[in-house]
Amino acid sequence: MMKLISLKTACATLLACALGLSATPVKASGIDNCTGFCHGAAAQGIAQAPRLAGQKPLYIARQLRAFHDRSRDNPLSRQYMWYATENLQDETLRALALQLAALPATPARDGRPELVTAGQTLFENGSPENEIVACVVCHGPQGEGIRDIPRLGGLSYEYLKRRLLQWAEGYHATALHPMPRVARRLSADDIEALASYLSFVQ
Amino acid sequence: MAFGKRLALVGAALAIAWSGAAAADDTAVAKLSDGALRSKIEYCKMCHGENGQGFRGFVPVPRLAGQQPQYFENQLQSAVAGRRHSKLMTDILKSIPPSMRRPLAVHFSQLVAKPLGGAPRDLIAAGRKIFEEGIPEANVPACMACHGEGAKGHNEVPRLAGQLDDYVISKLSNWGSERGQASAEADPVRIMAVVARNLTRSQMSAVAAYVSDQP
Amino acid sequence: MSPTQPTAKRASGAVRAAKAMACHAAGAFSRAAMATVVGAIVLTSAPMAPVRAGGPKPAAVSDRALAAKIEYCKTCHGLSAQGFRGATTMPRLAGQTVEYVEGQLTAFAERRRANRFMYNVARVLSPEMRAALATHFSGLRAPPLRGGPREFTAEDLVAEGKTIFEEGVPARDVPPCMSCHGQGAKGDSAFPRLAGQPNDYIVAKLQNWNKERGLDPNTPDFSITMQPIVRGLNKSQILAVAAYLSELDP
Repeated sequence: MMKLISLKTACATLLACALGLSATPVKASGIDNCTGFCHGAAAQGIAQAPRLAGQKPLYIARQLRAFHDRSRDNPLSRQYMWYATENLQDETLRALALQLAALPATPARDGRPELVTAGQTLFENGSPENEIVACVVCHGPQGEGIRDIPRLGGLSYEYLKRRLLQWAEGYHATALHPMPRVARRLSADDIEALASYLSFVQ
Repeated sequence: MAFGKRLALVGAALAIAWSGAAAADDTAVAKLSDGALRSKIEYCKMCHGENGQGFRGFVPVPRLAGQQPQYFENQLQSAVAGRRHSKLMTDILKSIPPSMRRPLAVHFSQLVAKPLGGAPRDLIAAGRKIFEEGIPEANVPACMACHGEGAKGHNEVPRLAGQLDDYVISKLSNWGSERGQASAEADPVRIMAVVARNLTRSQMSAVAAYVSDQP
Repeated sequence: MSPTQPTAKRASGAVRAAKAMACHAAGAFSRAAMATVVGAIVLTSAPMAPVRAGGPKPAAVSDRALAAKIEYCKTCHGLSAQGFRGATTMPRLAGQTVEYVEGQLTAFAERRRANRFMYNVARVLSPEMRAALATHFSGLRAPPLRGGPREFTAEDLVAEGKTIFEEGVPARDVPPCMSCHGQGAKGDSAFPRLAGQPNDYIVAKLQNWNKERGLDPNTPDFSITMQPIVRGLNKSQILAVAAYLSELDP
C-alpha cells in the first residue's frame, strides 16, 4: 500500500508538473517522466500500464479527456490516471498524444502462443452463432485502429484481458460506446484467445 | 460462462416455465424467439449503431434506421444466396434464421435517427442536382425517380437518406463486383449496375454527400 | 432482335382521331367548332417524322451510343422495359408504338408534356436518337408488370374495365377505347399501346391529363383527343379500365 501511494503521488506530481501548467509542446523530458515512471521506457508499457507508443493519437487524446472527466472509471483509472490528468490543458493533451503516437512500438508477446490461431479466427471473423462481432470491422485487419478507435496490435495480454473483463463488468468509457456490449458476449476462453493473439501482432 | 450467455439461458428457462401453462408449443417458441430476436438486434447494433444510425469503424458500417423492410429482407436473402458478396456480412447473415428476417427488417425500419453526417458540405449542392435531375448526357437517371424526393426509398428500392457518404461511395464503386452475382435475370439490383458504371468518382462523392445529409 | 414495325398508318390514324372526336363530341361541340378542332389536329400532325417501316436505324446514331442510351432508359423503365414501380411508377415501353414514343419524347423536350424527369432525359436526345429508341422499344416483348396498390387490383374491376374498353360509356359520350387504341389495346400509330401498362400509371395519367399534357396552347397536339374522355370518366371507371388494361397481354 505504501509503495502504491508513493508511486501514485510521484506520478501525479511529475505529470502535473510536466503537463499541467505548460501551454507549450511537451518537452522530451516531460514524456520521459510520464513514461519512465509509469508507462515504461519509451512508453512501451510496464506492469499494469499499457503501451502508449504508436497508439492512435485521437484515441490517446480522448482517453486523457475521459480520465480528466472521470468518465473512464475502472479501479486503476481512479487510482492513477484521474490525478495524473487533473490539470491537463487541451494543447498539452494534443501535443502529448501526437508525440506518443509517433514513437515506435514493440509487441508485448506475453500471451499464450497455443491460443493465437483461435484468437486470430475470432478477431477476423467474430462468431455469428454466439453473436460476437468481428473485431476487424472497427479495429482494422491488423488491429491497427483508426481515428479514435484504438490500435490493439501488440498490446499486452494482461492489459487486453483486463480491459475486456472490465467492459463486461460494466465499467465505462464514453456514452454509446460499443465495447461493453461487445465484451459481454465473450466467454472467458474467447478473452484468453483474443488477448493472446493480439499481444503478438505487430 | 460469460454473463450475457448466462442471462440469455436464464431468460429462456423462465420463458419456457411461464409458457408451460399456455396452450401450445408455439407460445414457447414465440417467447424464445422474442429473447433471441432482442439478442440478435443488440448484436446488429454493436456495429450498426445504438439507433441504427451507422458507425465509422475501420470500415464504414451502414445506417439501417428507417430502411425499407422489403429492401432489408432482400439483402439478407441475397447475401445468403451468394448474389451479394460481402466478406464481413455473409457469415453473420447466414446465422440469422429465415423466420427472423422480417422481424429484424420491421424493427430497423421503425428506428428514427439523425444522419451520422461527416460528408464534405461543399459537395451537397452538386449532389442535389444529380439526385433530382440525373446526368442525361452521361446516361445517369435522376435518383429521385426511384428513390423518392426525400431519398426514403420505396418497397425494394432502398432508403438513401442519412446513409454514410463513404459507404455510398464504396457501394457504388464496387457495384459490379458485389451485387447481382450469380443471379438470374430477376435480381432487381441489376438496375443499379448501369448507374454505378456511368457515374464518375467525383459525381459519386457529390451525390453521396447530398443523400447523407437528408434527414 | 429485329424490331417489328407497324405499317404506316399515320394518315388513317388522324382520320380515326377525327372520327373519334366527332363521335363523342357531337353532343358537346357545334359542328363548326369540331371541324376546326379536327382540322387543327390533322394539320399539326403533318410535320411528324416519317414512319420507318422496319430496317436499320438512321446512320447518325452510333451503335454504342444507342446501346448505352437504351440501357439507361431501362434503369427506370424496367430491365425488359415492362415498367417499374419506384418512388414513381415508370411506364412500360415494351411494344409501344414508334410514333407515340417519338411523339412523347419530343413533347417532353418541348415541355408540351410535363414531367420533371423526362424533360431532362429528352432534352439531350437528337431526333435521330429519339427515332432509334422508339424503334427499339416498339420491338420489345414482355409480360405485364403485375402488382400495384391493392385498391387497383380488385377482381370485379377487370370485368367492368373490359366493358368500358369495348363499349365506352355512351351516357357520358365516352367512346370505346378500342376504337382508337385497337384490338387488345396494342395501339395504332399515334394512339399508344395500353396493354400491360401498370395500373397505377394509367390511373395517374388519366387523372392528371390536363395538368400534364398539351401544355403549349400555341401548339395543340394529339393529347387534346383525350380531354373529353378524361372529363367523362369518373374515378371508379378509371380504376376499372386501368385494372383491365394492366392485365392485357396480347
